[in-house]
Amino acid sequence: MYQILKQIYKTGIKTETPPQADEAMRVDAQRLQQEILDVFGGALSIRQVDAGSCNGCELEIHAVNNAYYNIEGLGIKFVASPRHADLLLVTGPVSRHMEVALKRTYDATPEPKLVVAVGDCACNGGIFGESYATCGKVANVIPVDVVVSGCPPTPTAILQGILTAISARK
Amino acid sequence: MPIKHPNLKLTRLTDAVPAWTGDIAPEYLYEICQQVRDGGGRLVALWGSDDRHQGGGFVLHVTLMNESGLVCLNVPLPVEHPEYPDISRIFPAASRMQRAAYDMLGIYAQEGHDHRKWLRHGAWHSGSFPLRKDFDAAASLTHEPEDYPFVHVEGQGVHEIPVGPVHAGIIEPGHFRFSIIGERVLRLEQHLGYVHKGIEKRFESMNLQQGAKLAGRVSGDSTVAYAWAYAMAAESIAGVTPSSRALWMRALLLERERVANHLGDLGYLGNDVALSFGFAQFWILKEQVLRNNAALFGHRYLMDKIVPGGVTVNLDVEGKNIIERECDMLEQQVRILRGVYDEHAGLQDRFIGTGVVTPKLAAQLGLCGLAGRASAQAWDARVQFACAPYDKLDVQMATYRNGDVAARAIVRFGELFESLRLQRDILVNLVHEDEAPIPLEKLPPNGLGIGLVEGWRGEVLVAIHTDAQGDLTRVHPHDPSWQNWPLLEHAVVNDIVPDFPLINKSFNLSYSGQDL
Repeated sequence: MYQILKQIYKTGIKTETPPQADEAMRVDAQRLQQEILDVFGGALSIRQVDAGSCNGCELEIHAVNNAYYNIEGLGIKFVASPRHADLLLVTGPVSRHMEVALKRTYDATPEPKLVVAVGDCACNGGIFGESYATCGKVANVIPVDVVVSGCPPTPTAILQGILTAISARK
Repeated sequence: MPIKHPNLKLTRLTDAVPAWTGDIAPEYLYEICQQVRDGGGRLVALWGSDDRHQGGGFVLHVTLMNESGLVCLNVPLPVEHPEYPDISRIFPAASRMQRAAYDMLGIYAQEGHDHRKWLRHGAWHSGSFPLRKDFDAAASLTHEPEDYPFVHVEGQGVHEIPVGPVHAGIIEPGHFRFSIIGERVLRLEQHLGYVHKGIEKRFESMNLQQGAKLAGRVSGDSTVAYAWAYAMAAESIAGVTPSSRALWMRALLLERERVANHLGDLGYLGNDVALSFGFAQFWILKEQVLRNNAALFGHRYLMDKIVPGGVTVNLDVEGKNIIERECDMLEQQVRILRGVYDEHAGLQDRFIGTGVVTPKLAAQLGLCGLAGRASAQAWDARVQFACAPYDKLDVQMATYRNGDVAARAIVRFGELFESLRLQRDILVNLVHEDEAPIPLEKLPPNGLGIGLVEGWRGEVLVAIHTDAQGDLTRVHPHDPSWQNWPLLEHAVVNDIVPDFPLINKSFNLSYSGQDL
């Protein structure tokens, strides 16, 4: 126990200032309603869905949970069920084998809900494109509010995308 | 010569690892596999190709490994009845690969004990095969309902827990069907293939350089290993060897990928037994490695830095100093954290004796890579088939016998420290020179190249076949997860359901790498 406490003390606080929201990342202005913002306030629950990614984007989504980005410190947490979620964070080109699962996850998420597509594949199909096996971008399967490009996007960009989705339009 | 058989004539490939190839009629495949198995050899990969457009038929490719090196057997199959002897009785790991070969190409094992579909769910018709050259994507589309025939366990008190494909954490999708009594797992059956995104078909429409990018995205956490294996296969066909600087650089990147992944896994193993201190600490260290990667090489996960012919990055003296300081810092910090893990009774209680794969079972079923080494399977491509520059590095393999979660953590610690030592050695040999990769616009026609790289998870193989024009006609990336997923089904038996996330994380297998 002493060793753990000593290590925590020596490590100190690593958390950095979060990025600002970026309106350029927003896709569909209509879906953003004051009601959504009122409901979510400063606390948000996210359900992450890998709909076909190479696992690269997942690595960076893990990283937003580390001490540097400390997403939980902003009142945002990842939850185990879509029924508890306000926002879906979706990665990958949507594989056709995941199409039904993604739609069902979306349907299971209570309104009002937001969708952030993470990574080049989720934004436009990426290197895998559309084929016999993939539906391409996430917006081909469920409505998307914000897209975060990058292969994979940095944790800062992912955080920025999430914050954009929930921040009020200026 | 690694295999002697009167009907098999092997030719040596000009490869960075010792590799041979030869044609063999289907009727001799079984006895050759048996011979390799009896000699302590293993199955590395199995895939098929469609050579009809080149005047051939279908061909089954089976890559075996023994202490001499790799042997890629090409088994020509008749077009009307493309069947071959079932080798899963010799190498159980072949079963899923054979099922995938049927789903993708329509070639099948005679008398195979399991003919259920594997990579195909309901997205394309059962009679159409994506890797056939005459595959019609538009005509094959369907929305068949999912009807995978799981094996049901019956009896008093048995019930099932279906999990997935969407999992509770930030993980790739897959389905797990638990049959349990009380809390104990009686049986686990996996159903994978959810992230099948047509990678192998995609390769066929790409040129060599585009293919390198795609290879780096077969499994994002192993991008360096895949990119190197792909480059190695291409260089083997072209008969070129990259500069020694490029090879030292590749090894540096590969060891950095290993360090980053092991740090992340060790953090999550702590987290999964409610020691969130472990997650916080290890992920601070991992983030520092990733940030150094971004600063020195321009990408946190080192994607697209290895290309056929060489590397696209360089490292100056200041960069070397940064890595040296990072190694020193990691060495010191990880020693402290290992001390905490070793002394933590709660953590050790959950780790020890959980998710056991005995060395006997591991050998029987072909467990490989990191998980294999934790169950006394002493295979590491950096040691047995040390391609340059590993031939000058004298890699010390980390092995353990217990085969439980604790053993897989111990092997990770061992490999982490060894990777730090290797990085320091590599830095001494790495010269700073602005040098472009060897230009490899196009590969020679009708070639076969094999790349084998010991990634952090295990051995990654990439095979490239070129056609008469020198274009990519078939590329098969093979993840060690193919071999290791079936062992996870065994590892959880008799453990309790809440231990499954911990056991799963201790293997940390790739879904994308095996779903392709």
